[in-house]
Amino acid sequence: MAKTVLKKPIPAASSDPKVPVTLTVNGETVTREASPRMLLSDFIRHELGLTGTHVGCEHGVCGCCTVTIDGRAGRSCLAFAVQADGAEIRTIEGVADEDGTLHPIQQAMMECHGLQCGYCTPGFVMSMLSYLEETPEPDLSEKAIREVLSGNLCRCTGYANIVKAFRRSVELMNAAAD
Amino acid sequence: MKPALFDYVAPETVEAAVAALAGDETARPLAGGQSLIPTMNFRLSAPGRLVDLRRIEALRGIAVADGTIRVGAMTRHRELETHEGANRANPLIGEVLDNVAHIAIRNRGTVGGSIAHADSAAELPCLLVATGGTVSVQGPDGSREIGADDLFRFHMTTSLAQTEILTEVRIPALPPGTGYAFEEFARRRGDYALAGVCTLLTVEDGRCGEARIAACGIGARPVRLAAAEDALRGRAVDDAARADAGEAAREYMTAPADMQAGVAYRTDLLAALVRRTVATAARRAGG
Repeated sequence: MAKTVLKKPIPAASSDPKVPVTLTVNGETVTREASPRMLLSDFIRHELGLTGTHVGCEHGVCGCCTVTIDGRAGRSCLAFAVQADGAEIRTIEGVADEDGTLHPIQQAMMECHGLQCGYCTPGFVMSMLSYLEETPEPDLSEKAIREVLSGNLCRCTGYANIVKAFRRSVELMNAAAD
Repeated sequence: MKPALFDYVAPETVEAAVAALAGDETARPLAGGQSLIPTMNFRLSAPGRLVDLRRIEALRGIAVADGTIRVGAMTRHRELETHEGANRANPLIGEVLDNVAHIAIRNRGTVGGSIAHADSAAELPCLLVATGGTVSVQGPDGSREIGADDLFRFHMTTSLAQTEILTEVRIPALPPGTGYAFEEFARRRGDYALAGVCTLLTVEDGRCGEARIAACGIGARPVRLAAAEDALRGRAVDDAARADAGEAAREYMTAPADMQAGVAYRTDLLAALVRRTVATAARRAGG
């Protein structure tokens, strides 16, 4: 049987009308043309090539695409890139030091075996980072930690170790601050 | 999935935003986007134009004065949740907001957006009905005020015209001595509630004085449970009064069975939440 031939080639780029978007990502100011309907998650991954931000559900439930927007954790799949025009974005690529030294939260996730497949990890780290920067003296009870982490899903279900990593993060951050 | 194409404008004044809405009957305001964008990602909605309100300074900020908490429509949930003055004036606010989705959603979602979206299971509309709050809206013919009772018409439907923008939410401060409680039940933390109940009451000489009870998730809009309030007024808030209030609440259940819960289960849940919130509110009122 003959192979179906496409009537028209698949376009290499979207033909959507575009608007310029300028934002700061991990300290670097960038400008790109984007369709208003382009989600911030797609902008980060496809326009900026920062693929550490993962996309799971694309409707705000799984938390994999969490980044910080002007310092606060937010779902990058529930924002259009144009809404972030002028904003400061931080992604998982901007969390470790430039020399590769892990952030205390990343170090804690590693020490506590807080990740298995790793797909959800960038989202968890960004949620923890935002919360711990907002809250100098966090409540370290099991209930309070689970509340903070409740917006991120781990389908390897490794939650017990992620809760441990949250506590260890606070220890490491306090030690670094002393 | 990805949203359908739309025009995007981000005006700097409410007047310009109203004009942008008036120019296209498929236009919708974009606030925090935490409810609208998922529906667009699913293509359950496809506005032809989004009027982003993020640049409008006049829609931001919280002011507490004269017994009222005035919240600019674009104020994020998390800002209100962590605002000391607002929570001192009405501690029910923090208790309600703690139940709204997750921190990352509350960092983006706005108070005005949640109320204008009017999801029948959402917490903030229920808070507005329980406290007797009001909103200001602005349209092509000027601004007007709408009380909570006249605002919510149906699931995701308010009395706002397509060309009107909700600009401010006003939540009354709690009079001294008022007991308060909000409790909801959801299958998973952060999900929309199967049912949620806001209770406010006063206790004078060991008896219930004023009572205001509202519920979400149990019908097409947030509802006052007037019969449950009547079951409490003038009585000692004991086990029998709480049980009567819970039983009286059952008649307000109009939600159909869905994949999460049957009608009988949800109705039992409503009665239980009324009993529990009345107990907590009475304790906080000093009764």
